[in-house]
Amino acid sequence: MKFFNFHLMPYRHADLDAIEKHGTAWVTYSNRDYDPLKGAELYHEYLDQMEFADRLGFDGVCLNEHHQTAYGMMPTPGVLAGALARSIKRAKIAILGRAIPLLNNPLMVAEEYAMLDNLTRGRFIAGLVRGIGAEYHAMGINPTFSQERFAEAHDLIVRAWTEPGPFQYVGKHYHFNYVNTWPRPYQSPHPPIWIPSQGSISTIRWAAQMRYTYAQTLAPIAVVAKFFQLYRDEAEKAGYQASPDQLAWSNTIYVAETDAQAVREAKPHMEALANRLLKMSPEMLLPPGYSNIDSIKRIRAAKVTGKPQTCEDLIRAGVIMMGSPNTVREKLAEYQDLAGFNTSLTKTQFGTLPDDMARANMVAVAEEILPHFRNRLPQGVRQAAAE
Amino acid sequence: MVDHTATRLSVRGCNIALMRGGAGRPLLFLHGGNDAGIWIPALADLAARRDVLAPVHPGFGASDTPDWLDTVADLASFYLDVLDQLDLSNVDLVGCDLGGWIAAELAVRNTRRLSSLTLVGAAGIHVKGVAQLDPFLRTDAENIRDLFHDPTRSRELWQHLSHKEMEDVVLKNQTTTAKLTWQPRGYNPHLYKWLHRVDVPTLLIWGADDRLYPKDYAAAYQRLIPGAKTAIIADCGHLPHVEQPRAFVAALQEFLDAKRAAA
Repeated sequence: MKFFNFHLMPYRHADLDAIEKHGTAWVTYSNRDYDPLKGAELYHEYLDQMEFADRLGFDGVCLNEHHQTAYGMMPTPGVLAGALARSIKRAKIAILGRAIPLLNNPLMVAEEYAMLDNLTRGRFIAGLVRGIGAEYHAMGINPTFSQERFAEAHDLIVRAWTEPGPFQYVGKHYHFNYVNTWPRPYQSPHPPIWIPSQGSISTIRWAAQMRYTYAQTLAPIAVVAKFFQLYRDEAEKAGYQASPDQLAWSNTIYVAETDAQAVREAKPHMEALANRLLKMSPEMLLPPGYSNIDSIKRIRAAKVTGKPQTCEDLIRAGVIMMGSPNTVREKLAEYQDLAGFNTSLTKTQFGTLPDDMARANMVAVAEEILPHFRNRLPQGVRQAAAE
Repeated sequence: MVDHTATRLSVRGCNIALMRGGAGRPLLFLHGGNDAGIWIPALADLAARRDVLAPVHPGFGASDTPDWLDTVADLASFYLDVLDQLDLSNVDLVGCDLGGWIAAELAVRNTRRLSSLTLVGAAGIHVKGVAQLDPFLRTDAENIRDLFHDPTRSRELWQHLSHKEMEDVVLKNQTTTAKLTWQPRGYNPHLYKWLHRVDVPTLLIWGADDRLYPKDYAAAYQRLIPGAKTAIIADCGHLPHVEQPRAFVAALQEFLDAKRAAA
């Protein structure tokens, strides 16, 4: 299994009581709560952690994009990838991903990603996402055009990387007389494209058809297994067998000496993430048209939003893994076999977890978990069509 | 009170639902984001003296969602096609909320088939510094309450829209409303430049307590449309035709009668 260290870069000094009172840490939660002196320190603390992950032997580091929120301080992840491109010498750098429908000029992502690919001499992974519903409130982009804009922006970016320029591009949302991206990407034909998603069926189908690595965001392992099976089924329909490397699961690991100690230490920090930094209303998460009507009805019926979750709930559901090295190894092996993935996108810092604890956790994961999975592949994964 | 017939109308391949009732001069009523497909008492009253046509916009209710539907301007052009196809003339055009925006866009393009224009709590322009609610960050229940001056008056509409059988229609209407109004939020930044072209008598009916497009919007429209008159309805929110149907019909009839007398 490959391990990527995934950082959300939360503003971990946020006033959790104020967020609770306001109802969300997103879009309408005032940036008056952001203290630049503390924030600047956090940027360096987190970048130091990612450099540390490289030295500890993680295969890669991951950044992502969210806007107008204490949940994460990476509205422009390319800035941080640029900062890491010269200090991280070995590991891959993945942005998972840029929310391309939010942009009125997606060529800027073609350029930015091509620069990062050159700067890292081909160690760059290009994630493309639609962005969650809240971004459409924050950035003033019409959510009903999200899917159209994603499809068009993706096509434009891939063509900009692969077709000799200049050429003209005429779409519905994007129009360019001259597409002629300098620099061209370092990797040929272009950096690997990864598609993170909350589990949209159409996205999974499309990623499988395109042979893009599918990255499942925060979800219980049983649901992850279902989505990954769908990906394998769709790959088969497209005429090939998906490799477990094409399936990446975004999780959280916290390792301590005992299970009880792990939960005791991690609990307040994990719950700050789950119940404060992540919290938003259904209206903010799912604006009209962001998903099709059937998906919206399905999500509404599942009533996934709003319920407070304890650290123990999240462990039980297999959203996160916390415990002694042995417990975490057992769970991860069980989940790998259940869902059939070979890439773990692991958060070692989460919520309000301070630097010393995050670093101790990173060391524990690197020493106690990584070596045991280095050559491990998923065992006995169902390859037949999902029922 | 005159009842209506529910019919279908196909215009250049787009099939829509059309409620039609009464007889007399044609009155085309363009609904807003929340009141599609309901033959409200105000329409039944108006139908006593007029041929009232209340279509359901493309993208709403039982009407088709055509591939070409992206903007309010598309709907304005579509309704010009509707007027041509039905060969209607001397039309009194009435539009509420989103329907008011469509009506205004239609009127700046072509008033050849119009006799008058009435905007009711209309979207379409932006007035700086006026506080407005953001319907996209409020719950369905809050959104319905926000439409009314008297929250108890919202119950009937809420019961209608929150009915399980209405879920698909409500989601469809919300999706199309978002498509047409999300960004810029409820206006076309270029519309105000051309409202001077409206050359038919114009009335602005507004609820005194409209929290979505407060009555400053009536004043702004009045400044922009030559000779426009304003009727502010007391104890009334965003939907005068629903919350104060008698005052609404009285204001509209008075305007239409006076216009006719002058002509």
